[in-house]
Amino acid sequence: MIDTLRLTAEDALGLLERKEVSGAELHRAYLDAVAERDGELHCYLRTVDGAEGDGVPIALKDVISTKGVETTAGSQILAGYVPVFDATVAARCREAGLPVIGKTNTDEFAMGSSTENSSYGPTHNPWDPERVPGGSGGGTAAAVSAGLAPWGLGSDTGGSIKQPSALCGNVGLRPTYGTVSRFGVVAFASSLDQVGPVARNVRDCARLYSIISGRDPADSTTVDVPPVELPEGESLKGIRIGVPKEMNEAEGIEPGVTAAVQRAIEVAGELGAEVGECELPRSVEYGLACYYLIAPAEASSNLARYDGVRYGLRVDADTYYEMVERTRDAGFGDEPKRRIMLGTYALSAGYYDAYYGQAQKVRTLIAREHAAAFERFDVLVSPTSPTVAFKLGEKAADPLAMYLSDLLTIPSCMAGLPGLNVPCGLSGGLPVGLQLIGPQLSENTLFRTGHALERALGFDPVPERLR
Amino acid sequence: MPITREEVLHVAKLASLELTEDEVERLTGELSAILAAVSKVSELDLADVPPTSHPLELVNAWGEDEPRASLELDDVFANAPARERDLFKVPPTA
Repeated sequence: MIDTLRLTAEDALGLLERKEVSGAELHRAYLDAVAERDGELHCYLRTVDGAEGDGVPIALKDVISTKGVETTAGSQILAGYVPVFDATVAARCREAGLPVIGKTNTDEFAMGSSTENSSYGPTHNPWDPERVPGGSGGGTAAAVSAGLAPWGLGSDTGGSIKQPSALCGNVGLRPTYGTVSRFGVVAFASSLDQVGPVARNVRDCARLYSIISGRDPADSTTVDVPPVELPEGESLKGIRIGVPKEMNEAEGIEPGVTAAVQRAIEVAGELGAEVGECELPRSVEYGLACYYLIAPAEASSNLARYDGVRYGLRVDADTYYEMVERTRDAGFGDEPKRRIMLGTYALSAGYYDAYYGQAQKVRTLIAREHAAAFERFDVLVSPTSPTVAFKLGEKAADPLAMYLSDLLTIPSCMAGLPGLNVPCGLSGGLPVGLQLIGPQLSENTLFRTGHALERALGFDPVPERLR
Repeated sequence: MPITREEVLHVAKLASLELTEDEVERLTGELSAILAAVSKVSELDLADVPPTSHPLELVNAWGEDEPRASLELDDVFANAPARERDLFKVPPTA
């Protein structure tokens, strides 16, 4: 009997190497766990029968194209769409022998912070099913925490890997922009989108990152990636940790979140890190506004491809133009429409300079502020999410309140920086996430820091109600 | 600066969205609120700051010019709503 609730990918790899289980048996064990627990949680939009590969099974967010397996991005406009090729990241998992357990739920086109915007119904948080798992990658994060996958892939534009990992109590990496191919990944905002790993612990996260990262000829924005080092040590000697004042004292951060993060920072000091305060004043004050201009602008362009011509939904009409307009009205849900409208407005004649152009300049300021902080520090820390998991429906009616969930994850995304969520405690019985930010291509430092903290903090990633 | 109903209809046209009456009304309110929030970027004087369109300083990623097979036509049309011979079929433009 395989206890998928406790099994890490590294444990699973050990079982496979010692031939104590086969890849097919392991895959079956996860499908059985899904059959048992996913009725309540709805992490998966569909599962894949029959293990292809003799490695550790994996969950893929449904924005990642999988040859022969329906890929919807959580949208009705892609219902029934079956890719005829694999995304590069899916191909790399296949080449590494990782059988796909299934495709996980996401806010439609990865637009959201709670997975409630999925047109296939929300995912529930395994710590408390009345609460959201975060978003947009709530499906992958909840699956990993509920033992329905040992690890998985998400995608992150402004926090869609880190924030759900924080709310579900696991480890999620948004890698440096350019380190992981986006070829075959449903596009949201191309200057921000990144694919990244979600796992039970930092070592598994690092291992999965080593499988998916690296230059891809099919994505010209990819770069060469330094060899990934699996973290081992428990000391943080030599690591300089900066605590950006504004990101740790922002309005709206819950006291329980602050307490857990403060404790983690103290522990980092005890492990030998040098800890000091720093500032990112404009990154926090203007980051959200900057993001909600740039991301919708790029989304409005990327989502123009859904026109009922080559693939996806078509609503018939007498003329071509009516067909396109009706297809898009019927196929897109409220959030993509809101962002398409906002982005189209921000890019339209007469408004471009004041909105999109100005936001791009703010983006430069944000990058400069971070670069200045990294002259003195190796890693910046803050809460990942200002709050623990909130109740389903709590923010669904107010787009601006929902957007605030990403307040602390957005600034580093704007600058293309890597960010790691590491669980650092509980508040009211719900996980709190610590965000570690580093300079571009500093993933190994983040893994080392996250691993040492994870060891010292001793967070149990299995939700209390499932223990 | 609240957005008007006429502007919402104009932008919907630009975005090829045929919105229902309810959607037009709701989006007029929501977009006004969101635009008021994101207009915060205009508080800053950034005349001397260059824009960032991309977070990496990458210029021209070259690849080898090697011919390789494209998708088979049946794969290209596998998800098409309507096909006629080797063409995507759509309604007339007028």
